[in-house]
Formats: sequence, structure tokens, C-alpha cells
Amino acid sequence: MQDAAELSQNHPYLDGYQPVAGVADELYDAQGRMRPVWRPFVEAFSRLSPDEVRARFGRADQYLRDAGVYFRQYSHDPNTDRDWPLSHIPVVLHEREWEAISAELAQRADLLEAVMADLYGEGRLVSEGHLPAELIAGNRAWLRPMVGVRPRGGHYLHFLAFEIGRSPDGSWLVLGDRAQAPSGAGFALENRMATGRIFPESFPRARIHRLAGFFSDFRTALGELAVDDHGRRQRVGILTPGPANDSYYEHTYIARYLGIPLLEGEDLLVQEAQAMLRTIEGPEPLGVLWRRIDASFADPLELDPGSWIGTPGLMEAIRAGQLAMVNALGSGVLETRALMAFLPRISEVLTGRPLDLPNIATWWCGSAAERAYVLDNAERMLIGPAKAVNLPFDLAAATAPGGDFHGLARPAVEAWIEAEGGLLVGQEAVTLSTTPAWREDEGADAPGGHVRPCPMTIRVFAARTPQGWTFMKGGYARIGPEGEPTALAMQRGGRVADVWIVSDRDVPPLTLARRGDAPFRRQAENTLPARAADNLFWLGRYIERCEGAMRLVRSYHLRLAGIGTAEDPRLDRLDAFVTGFGIDLSEPVPGALIQQLDAARGCAAKIRDRFSTDGWLALQDLAKTARQMTQTAQPGDDAAGVMRVLLRKITGFSGLVHENMYRSEGWRFLSIGRALERADGMAALIAAFVEAEAPAGSLDLAVEVADSVITHQRRYRVETSRETVVDLLALDAENPRSVLFQLGELKHQIEALPGAVEAGRPGEILRLLLPLWTALDVAAPEDVTSGMLGEIRAGLARLSDLVSQDFLR
Amino acid sequence: MLYDVKLTIDYAYDAPTDRARNLVRLLPSDIAGEQRVLSRLLTVHPMPPERSERVDFFGNSVTSLVWHGPISEVVFKVVARVERLAPAPRLDLSPPLGLFGAELAGVQSLAPASPHHFAAPSRRAAPDPAMTAFARDAIAGAPTVLAAVEAVGRAIHATMRFDAKATDVDTPATEAFANRHGVCQDFTHVMISCLRGIGIPAGYVSGFLRTVPPAGQPRLEGADAMHAWVSAWVGAEMGWVEYDPTNQMWAGTDHIAIARGRDYDDVAPVRGAMRGAGGQESRQAVDVISV
Repeated sequence: MQDAAELSQNHPYLDGYQPVAGVADELYDAQGRMRPVWRPFVEAFSRLSPDEVRARFGRADQYLRDAGVYFRQYSHDPNTDRDWPLSHIPVVLHEREWEAISAELAQRADLLEAVMADLYGEGRLVSEGHLPAELIAGNRAWLRPMVGVRPRGGHYLHFLAFEIGRSPDGSWLVLGDRAQAPSGAGFALENRMATGRIFPESFPRARIHRLAGFFSDFRTALGELAVDDHGRRQRVGILTPGPANDSYYEHTYIARYLGIPLLEGEDLLVQEAQAMLRTIEGPEPLGVLWRRIDASFADPLELDPGSWIGTPGLMEAIRAGQLAMVNALGSGVLETRALMAFLPRISEVLTGRPLDLPNIATWWCGSAAERAYVLDNAERMLIGPAKAVNLPFDLAAATAPGGDFHGLARPAVEAWIEAEGGLLVGQEAVTLSTTPAWREDEGADAPGGHVRPCPMTIRVFAARTPQGWTFMKGGYARIGPEGEPTALAMQRGGRVADVWIVSDRDVPPLTLARRGDAPFRRQAENTLPARAADNLFWLGRYIERCEGAMRLVRSYHLRLAGIGTAEDPRLDRLDAFVTGFGIDLSEPVPGALIQQLDAARGCAAKIRDRFSTDGWLALQDLAKTARQMTQTAQPGDDAAGVMRVLLRKITGFSGLVHENMYRSEGWRFLSIGRALERADGMAALIAAFVEAEAPAGSLDLAVEVADSVITHQRRYRVETSRETVVDLLALDAENPRSVLFQLGELKHQIEALPGAVEAGRPGEILRLLLPLWTALDVAAPEDVTSGMLGEIRAGLARLSDLVSQDFLR
Repeated sequence: MLYDVKLTIDYAYDAPTDRARNLVRLLPSDIAGEQRVLSRLLTVHPMPPERSERVDFFGNSVTSLVWHGPISEVVFKVVARVERLAPAPRLDLSPPLGLFGAELAGVQSLAPASPHHFAAPSRRAAPDPAMTAFARDAIAGAPTVLAAVEAVGRAIHATMRFDAKATDVDTPATEAFANRHGVCQDFTHVMISCLRGIGIPAGYVSGFLRTVPPAGQPRLEGADAMHAWVSAWVGAEMGWVEYDPTNQMWAGTDHIAIARGRDYDDVAPVRGAMRGAGGQESRQAVDVISV
């Protein structure tokens, strides 16, 4: 046995680490000996100086911030994202223990599949009295349209998660099953990436099992599920509720990581009972949806009619066996708390075997004996809604911990249980094991900290493959606060940690890229979903529109500062011009500009899976800065300065996109949006500032807004005249600000779009564009009249409609 | 009684809708011992390129319709000949309220007719304290569950005023009850909520009423449009009974059923998803003539 003094001498960070009596601890066994599986980690960690610890933790936090990992609070305010609460010390488990847990949970996964098949099939569990009818028939997650439906591929469940905790005797316990649309697997990946920044050394890293194999196997399984009866490979998608969802970040991350398109309900349509993905090349058959939306929202026609995020007709495709859902709609019923009370018996009935890994003891208050037991033992119970689907420690308002219901006296609890009966369950208030978590020392003058025992649970992920269930060799740990390690404490917790499954020897390296089956990857990248194209198109338009507005506002305030009064014909003209775009120049940072930036951000948010993190952060920063500056900006020089800052940021964003974005169809739509907006803005500017009756100085103003002052000087070496300005801003094919240049860009991009050329002849969009481009290409400055510019603008508006109609719906 | 039923429903959209998809529950079905359908036909204009028929969980006929192009108007026409046999309940074989809970718990079934589907709150018919208290007052002294159902139906009829203008298809039951007015849909949702609040499983029936009353009898409320009433489970012996709170009567040979479910959402005559903005307007005309 190791002496505690010796321990703390060798491992100063462990000084004072004192597991609670009667509680299992991950680091020390019951005899107070450090578990061998932790030893390499503890040795390595103890060698780090406090400054090193600090620096490494900082690297992990920096990684998470740079990656844009955030934790969305339940709120519609986009500013409530908070930093990812990483607990920097991983949970360490030996692979033998993990294999045992996995094998036991595989039995449970099979059992849940069998329960699904019964609840949506024969209904024997109810008719033979193993499950009360009211728990199912009165359950919102049990979806009647699914009754009698055989899922494509033959299975209801493909991806599951289990929340497990360790009991005081060292054995494991299932606290909850996640079967609806389990989250956390992507966050587990991010925790691993971040923790890798803290412990980059090859030892003990080489002995930690990788996570990639699990995802690779699952992606392959999804691909196989997408092969139709004729051997054709259909498309796979991830269905998200959208940016307002609290785990949207994870959806985008998983989609990018696996190379599977992230879809929303409006990306899909159902035709002849076949789910189709709307793409820029028309609808394409979709065979598998990994859904991250609750099933009841999936189809407003047959499920919740109030759903705006679903796809009408989806149920029809499922019923026809044409669409596999991961998991099948209706799987949420398996999360019902009260089901835990019956699963031990159901396991015996359906499989002839007891549960290998028991779940948290649960009593349904619908029958008299159980109700009496719960009443007699209320102090050791969590009492809550029977049909709730949250985990026992995610306390709902109506859960009574330890029999103490919002401070009500015991008689009130009794009355409550008697009155509600079958609506309630009691669950044992289990005690969880503790695991090391870092705590900074008090007092800023002595930088450093110690590890302390904190309660934890682990989320385990399982995926179905043709060979059976496969388990992630790792997990998503939740760490509660130090103190009493009851399940209850977890809800006040709120830190998360990586889970290391450690082998006795080096594990072979494995990355997703190497294992990924190439045909599936290629297919996933081919045709662009129409909604993504639409958002990219509008992102291009909004960004260009913002940039144009910023230049106009800057010119206005520069002149205002120079002249000292707003009483000036040039300023009047500028004011009238921008008023046409909804911009109010009496606001130094116009509200219309903020709205456009928000619109751009909204478009980008919907396509984050196709968009670099740097680009996204740059856009976030731009919108935030603009918003902050509305508070302080003053008219004149100050406002001009603000616009200069914003212009620098927006061109930075455009540069990132232009330099870094893969030249895919998506990039093409972004470019079309941008070119269209720029050509239109320039045509409008020329018409307003270059025409004959424009006030003196207007020509210089136009050149300035067009960011072409230097070019003009170099090209013409004369004062601005109508001819030189029109030549430069409308007709110069080498000036990226000119209308002709942008029409050429449009022509170039549109020619590359699918179907742009029909049977060797230009299609409708090109037939519209080519005359505009040709007319301008051969025009002399005097030909460029406001009438011609008006025609170009009308043509561009029509072109935008045609692009939307042909590709974006 | 033998009836000829004719129904026309028109939808007009302000803006043409792209890819319209409808689920329609407009065709009556056979119900053992209650109703026999001799012929039935649904025609839809403009003709949808996709049309399929099936039976939903509760046994209702559902027609799925899909249009691929934009449409600005849809007309549904139903022509049917239906024999209605359902008698109003005569002998009360239902248990006393005190024994009812155990009888209900004894039903171990998820089959479509199982009362358990109809006991829990549903989206549009959830008990609330006001309606439950109202129902408790109404059933004071009722010896049996059947008597309790009738008492609640009578109380609702006595307190709520029929008003075709006061509510619309989305009005919540709580609001209709608070204002004590509405149409058959509101009466029905209120009664379902009341019954569920006191532990009696109850559901929604959509259908028709005969348009021309027998000589010497008044015309029933709701006869000029599709109608709705309540079905309630009153014990293992009697099973389901149907009460029409709008007309304060047991549903009998004047009522022709189309669909049953937990509330309006399960039986909505036309459930539609239209891609496209703008409002819509609908009209319906019903004729139910005894032959």
C-alpha cells in the first residue's frame, strides 16, 4: 500500500485529493491504491510545472475558441453562446473494462431494438402485461403512423448512446438510454482534439484508442444502408433542426468530419414515395437520413402539424421502405423514464436473460405496491414524471429530489404521489464515482492548482454496422462539482471531459481519411443542395451590398467632415442615392447596414458545414464590431473612421473566402451573388453620379466610392471627366470594379453551371445575360446612358430571379 | 337509415403554391354494427399526378394527394351512399365511476380501439383545471360512467352558445370554453377535455348530419357543413358511445361518421402543406339526404 505522504511528494497536484468515504473513485481503488491504468498519465502530468500546466490548458482552450466550439444556452439570442466548459483532466479507463461495458451494452442495444419492434409491431409487451398500456398509448414519443411500418434495412435503431455511472461497489449502472437523436459524439471528438493540445506527448498517447475508427465504421454502415434494392447507391444526409438548436454546432462539425451534407427539412421533398434531395441539378434520391431532429417534427402532415422544420410526405417515404431513418421515427419512446422499471423483466421475456448491465432502479407509481415502496423510501428517491425523457439528474421542475418537493413537507409529497399515481416514477438517488478534475488554487499570487475528486457520468456511443454494434472507444464525460457525489449534483455541474480508453500496448494509428471508402466520399461531395446554394448566393449578395454601403457612408462622412455642414448639393445627392437603398445617413452606423450584416451572418450560419471556421469567425467579428460601434460613432471623421475599420474587416472576410474556399459549385453561387450585386451597385452609382445634371464633384465621388482613385490617376493622367469615369467604371474589362468586368465574371460563372448550355445553345439565363454583356463590351463611353444602365439593372434583377427559379428551389 | 351524401370543399390560395401535398380524410368507411358504405367517390380538381389511398392507425380512410406544379385552387367533391345503423345507447351497462379506473387499467392493449389512446392529453384536447372542475360539478350524483358522459354533454350544451363566427379552426379548447361559445369543433374539444379531466377516455369523430330533418323536427345545428362529436369509452361491457354536445343528443341514425381520432389533428378533413406564401380561403357545402 502506498503512503499518502509519499504520493503527494511525488505528485504534488494530488496533494489533498481525498475521495469521499463510501464512494468509488476512478483514480484510487477501495484500498487507496492508485489504479495502474492512471499511473502513466499521473507520472507525466506531475512532471509539468504549474506554468506548463497553465500554458497547456490555455492551448486547449485556445483551440476550442479557434475551432468555434461553443455551448448554446437555451435562448434565441445569438450572443448567449458560451465557452466550451472543458475539464482538462481526462477520465482514464482500461480497455478490458471498456470491452466488458461495451459487450454488456450491446445486449441492451439489442434489447431496445426488440422493444422497438414490439411497440411498433405486435404490441405483445403490452397485451401480455409486461408494460402498462397507458405508458405507451399516452406517450407523445410513441408515434402512431409508425405502427406496422417495417424500417428500410430491417432495423429501427442504428445509433444509440447510454449514460452510465459507477456505483459505490465499483460496478457500472445505466442512468439513461438515448435513442431519439443522441448528441455528444461530435463533442467527444472536439474534447479529444482539445485534450490532445494538453498532452501531445506520444506517451501515453500512443496507447489511447482513437475515435476515428468508430466514425469510419458508422459512415460505411450508413453508406451501405443507402444502397437501394437495385444496388444503386443513394445519397445520405444529416437532418438538422437548424442554427437555433442547442447542438447545431455539433451537427455542422459531424457533417464536415464525415463529409455528409447537413440538411434541413426544406432541402428535401418527397416524390412517388421517394425522398429526394433538392440540388442545383434537380432532385436526387436520398436513401438515408441521420436525423438530429425530434421525430415528431419530421413531417407536419402526419406528425406534429405545428412543425415548420419538417418535410411534408417524409412519413410516406418511410412507410414505403424507401427511406431509412437513423434512428427510426418513434425511437424517442425508448427514453421514457418509466420504461426503466420494466426493462429488467422485459429482458427476461424477450431474450430469456437478465440485463448484463443493470439500469438505475426505478419504480412506476401506477401500481399500488410500487407506489407504497416509493412513498416509504421517498428520502432516497428522485421522483418525477413517468413519461419524461430527460436523464434522472437533469431535474425537471416537477422532480422531487430525496422526497423534498420544493420544500414541501412530507404529507404534501404523499398527496402528490397518491394523486398523480401512474404519471410518476421514483428512481433511486444513486451515488456516482469521482474522478480527478482540476481546481485553481485560491489567491492569484501563487499560480497553480490541484486535482480534486468530482462526480462523473460517461456517455457511451454505439453504432450499428453490418457486423453488429460497434462502440466508440472513448466517450463524453460530464463532470460535476466537488462535494457530495450524488447523481443530483450533476445538474449543477457543467464541465465535460475526454475519456481515454487505454491499452497495455501501442494501438495502431488510424485516421478517418485512410479508412474512408472513396466512392462514398466522392458522392457526398458532388451535387450541391439547393438551399446551401441559395444561402451562398445571398451571402455573396449581402456581403457585397454591405461593402458598397460602407463605401458610400464613408464618402458621405469624409465630405461632411471636410465641408463642415450637411447643406451641400453633393451630400444631398449622396443622401438621396443611399435613401433608395434604405440607408438613413443621420445614423453614423446605419441600422440598415447592421440588418444586412445580420442577414449575411444568417446565411452563413445555415451553411457552416461548407464554410471555414476562420471565415465564420471573421464574419462574427465583423457583425459584432459593427453593432458595438453603433453605440459610440459620431457623424463626420469618426463615422468615416468606423467605416474604414468595417471595410478592412469585410474585405478581410472576402479575402478569406476568395483565397481559401474550394472552387466548388458552392463557391460559384457565392461568386454569382457577389458579381451580380457589384454590377448592379456600380450601374446604379454611374447612373446617379455621372449623368449630366449631377452636381460638381460627383465624378470624383463616384471614383472614390468605386475605390478607383489611384487607377484613374494612373490610367488617364487628367482630371475626371464623364468619358474617363464611364470608361473606367463601366467599360474597363480589366478593372474589377467595372460593370463590364462583373458581367464577364457572371458570364464565366454561369457558363459553368449545370444546364447553362442546352444542346450546344445558350440556355435561358445565358440568353438573358449575353446581350447585356455584348452591348457593354462594344459600347463607347457616350453610349452608356442612364437608359442603358437601367436596362442592365432590370436584366440583372431578372437574372437573379431566373437563377433562383432554376437552381435554388 | 340510408343517405346520399354530397360534399364540396374549395380552397383558393392568394399566391399559387408550389408542390402542394394534401392528406385528405373525407371518405366514410364501414363500421361494424354502426355504418355501411354502399358507394363512395372522391374527385379532386385539378387532378393530382400522385394519388394513393390507405387506412390510418385509427382505421380511417386517408387519401394522399400530391401536385408537382403550382396550383392556385383545389376542389374536393365527395359523393357517397351510406347506411347508418347506429342506435343510441339504451341499457346502461357501464360501471359506477368508482370502479371505472380499475376497469380501464385492466385493458392491456395498444389496438386502435383501446381506450388508452384517448385517456391522455392530446395537442388540441388537454384537460385544464377550469374544465375539469366544470366536469366534476356536472357529474355530481351521476351513478354510472355513461350517465356522467351524458351529464357533461348536457352541461356543455347548456353553458356554451353555438356561434359560427366566434371561433376558427385553430381556436384552443380552453379559449372556446372560457368564452362559452364556438362551433361543433369547439364543443367537441371542450367535451373531450372535460371527460379526460375526470378520467374518462374520449375522442373526436368527424362526419355529417342529415340536412333535412324528419317531418316535425327542427334542423340540427351544424348540418350545413362537416360536423363533429364525441366518442367516449364507458367500460369494457359497453365500449364506445358517441355523444353530440352541439345538439345535446346521443349520436344516432342522423349522424354519419367519417373519421375518428384523439382530436381534430387526427381527423382533419384536409391537412395540407403548401410551399409558398400567402393566405388561403376555403368554402364547403354539404348535402345529406335520406333516400
